[in-house]
Parts: sequence; C-alpha cells; structure tokens
Amino acid sequence: MARTIIPFGPQHPVLPEPLHLKLVCEDEIVKEAIPALGYVHRGLEKLAEIRDFNQMIQVVERVCGICSMLHSQCYCQGIEEMMGVEIPERAKYLRTVWSELHRMHSHLLWLGLFADAFGFESLFMQFWRIRERIMDLNEATAGSRVIVSVNVVGGVRQDLTPEQCSWILTEVAQAGKEIKAIQSTMLSDYTVCKRTKGVAALTKEQAYELGAAGPTLRASGVAQDMRQLKYAAFDKIDFEPVVEYDGDCYARGVVRFREALQSIDIIRAAISGMPQGDISVPVKGNPEGEIITRVEQPRGECMYYMKGNGTKFLERVRIRTPTFANVPPLIAFMPGLELADVPVAVLSIDPCISCTER
Amino acid sequence: MIENMKEITLDAVVGEASKMKSDGQRLVALSCTQLDADNFDIIYTFDKELVLTNFRVTVPKGSDCPSISGIYFAALLVENEIQDQFGIMFNGLVLDFGRTLYLDEEITTIPMCNNTKAMTVKK
Repeated sequence: MARTIIPFGPQHPVLPEPLHLKLVCEDEIVKEAIPALGYVHRGLEKLAEIRDFNQMIQVVERVCGICSMLHSQCYCQGIEEMMGVEIPERAKYLRTVWSELHRMHSHLLWLGLFADAFGFESLFMQFWRIRERIMDLNEATAGSRVIVSVNVVGGVRQDLTPEQCSWILTEVAQAGKEIKAIQSTMLSDYTVCKRTKGVAALTKEQAYELGAAGPTLRASGVAQDMRQLKYAAFDKIDFEPVVEYDGDCYARGVVRFREALQSIDIIRAAISGMPQGDISVPVKGNPEGEIITRVEQPRGECMYYMKGNGTKFLERVRIRTPTFANVPPLIAFMPGLELADVPVAVLSIDPCISCTER
Repeated sequence: MIENMKEITLDAVVGEASKMKSDGQRLVALSCTQLDADNFDIIYTFDKELVLTNFRVTVPKGSDCPSISGIYFAALLVENEIQDQFGIMFNGLVLDFGRTLYLDEEITTIPMCNNTKAMTVKK
C-alpha cells in the first residue's frame, strides 16, 4: 500500500505548544513518526555565560512556566550542594508545599487538556475550574499564579503565615473533594475508556529501556520517582510512588489523577510538620566544581548538570527535562496507532516543548 | 563532587554503553561542555534504582564521537542536540537530523562554543 506523510502540528488543536510530527501512514495506520523540533528553542543554557548564578534562577524558572517551581528548586539545591550550604528546615518544607501545589495545578491542567483531546469538553472545564483554586493559592502566597519565584540560593524568599497555611489546607481539601466528585467520570466513563484504554501502550521493559520519565514510566509499572531521593522535606514525609501497570494512555491518566490527590496528602503532611524558624541562610562565595542534581517535576525526572569555576558565572548549566526523555518513547509507541488516536497518544506524555528545547 | 564517575577514551564509549545496558542501567542524559578552544567534555549519565553512574569522555575539536543510539535509542535526541550546539559529529546516529534539530539550515555559527563555524547541513 502507498505510504503518505501526514504532518501533525506544529499548530494543532490539542497542542498547547508547537511540536511537529511527520506521520508516515498506510491508509489510516501510522507506520512511523519522525519528530521535528526547533520552534521554541531559546538557548537558555547559554545565558549562564552572561547571567550570574543568582540571576540564573529567574532564567531557569522560565524554561517552563508550569514546572517553574521545580526548575528553580532543582537549580538551587544543586548550587547549594556545590557551595556546601545547608538550608533551614522550614525552607525545605516550604519548598515541598509549593512544589506539590505546582504538581497539582500541572496535573489538573493536563487532565483538562487530555479530556479536551478526546472531545470531553465538560470534563475539561471541570478540571480547569478546580485548578483555579490552586492558582489562587499560588497568587495569594507567592504573588504570581504560575511562576511563583520563591526559591533563592540558601532557602526561599517567602514564608507562609499560619492563616495562609490554614487557607491552603481548606482549599486543597475542597479541591480534593471536587476531584473525587469527577473521579468516576474520568476513570470509568465509557468515552474515556474507549478512547484511552489500550492506546499507545508501553511495556515495563520498553518504558525503562527507552528512558521514559515520570507518569509515562510509572504508568508502565516502574516504581521510580525522584521524590524517593528524599530531597526537600521528603526525608520526613511518607511517600510511595503512584504506579499503574497497563502502560497505555488510560494508565498515564490514572497516574496523574492519583498523583494530584496524593499531592494533597503531601501538602497536609508538610504543613503539619513544618517547624518554625528561618526561611533562608546567607550565602557567601561562588560555586565551584561539578554537580548533578535531580527532582521530580510533574512530568517526571528533571536533571541539572552544573559546572562552576569559582566565579559568579557558571561554566555550564545543562538541563535534561522530562519531556526530552519522553520523546523517544513517543516515537516508539506511535507505529500501529490509528490516525485518530494520535492526538490522545501525543498528549498522554504531557509534552512540554519549551522544556524540551529550552 | 559527582559520584561514580569514570574517565574513558573515545574508542571505549560504545563498549561502556553496552556494559551499562547489560547491567540494566537507564540512560538519563549526555552533558557536553566546552573545556577549552580544542576540547569538549561529554558526561554520560545512567541510573539504576536511583543511583547515578557516569562516565566522562574528552572529545578533541574536529573529532567524531561514536553514537550510542544503536544501544540506547533514547540517546538520539541528545546526540542530535550536541551536534547542533557544539558541532561534534556522532557516527551511527539512528536518526540524524544533520544539525537541524533546533537550528535552521542558514545558521552559520555554533551557539554553545565561540568562533566555531557550523558544519554543513547533512542532507
């Protein structure tokens, strides 16, 4: 049968960011998918040459808005390790609270987009309505809805008052109730199951070998989450990765759905266990040496490699983002899909192209 | 300050990557840095049960590097990225964008290292 190349993206209704796939199809079956990147490459790593290590916090926060808190957290904890800085306990808990709020709003954003991808507009609306609670929390506690910009080298720049902590607990509890209210629709509805179950499946071995990260990896049965590294306050908070086993689009959705609820428990534990005290320590000197540090972003494992030379400018900042790791699995699971399933399959890895290209 | 780091030579890259694969290591990243005007440094980072293992190889300017994308398919994007950003060629890439992963064909200088002309786009 003759093969046709069908372009998917860079502008497409299900893509919030520009990704182009050349889909080689026979009839309506995808035989091969070739990605084409470069639409939002900004050369942010290069900026380390002209922005000092403190200014770079603002740069890494802009690698991706949705993961901005986790980018700056990963960057700061790397610099702190290089410089031998031990941040106050309270700062670790505060970072945990904001990072889990970030995970919640990212997952709720994705769940809405995912529902939109298979044409379930009212479900999309419900997830985004719930997400507004988290965005309001971000704005009230940090001054910004998306890029909260709370991390500094040595701790955090913002504290939470007891009233704010109490309000956060009330709001996330309400968000939890509202998420559970649509649980049966998201996880059991005929349309959702029909469009997502068995689509774009990866086995445990495939996901691991292809270097998948985050929910894409855990949906295939690999219980790996960077929060197990016990960064921030995770050494004091009970945490088990959310794992599903079918490896398909549905399983990826379930992982994110359950993780959004799990984040509520983590926020509760972090607020109840948060000690009093300083939120940052003064930092003197400049970073020197090399470091590799990792955190779990909403989309998965994020790795920073940094090299300092004792000046205020880093020699190298290398950022390996989770979507970058999830593109090879995407290329691998596309062959055999029906053309109509491509939007759902692409969205199932939660592609963040501004992260990928930096 | 990076634990589990091993220095290797260019001709040992594929063998070491194969050993990592046999050991059940997951490829996390390749990190390239320009050391000086004539040399680049590539750190290969692997993970197994949350423990990182790294090997470092120094690539002289103008030398090609063997691709590990035949062993780890996941390496194809990052090797293409290094081709774009540092001008290091990878031999045996399973999907070679010919230094146009991010950059347009008309770009004439390599972004991450100074005063280096971009290689001709491979067709």
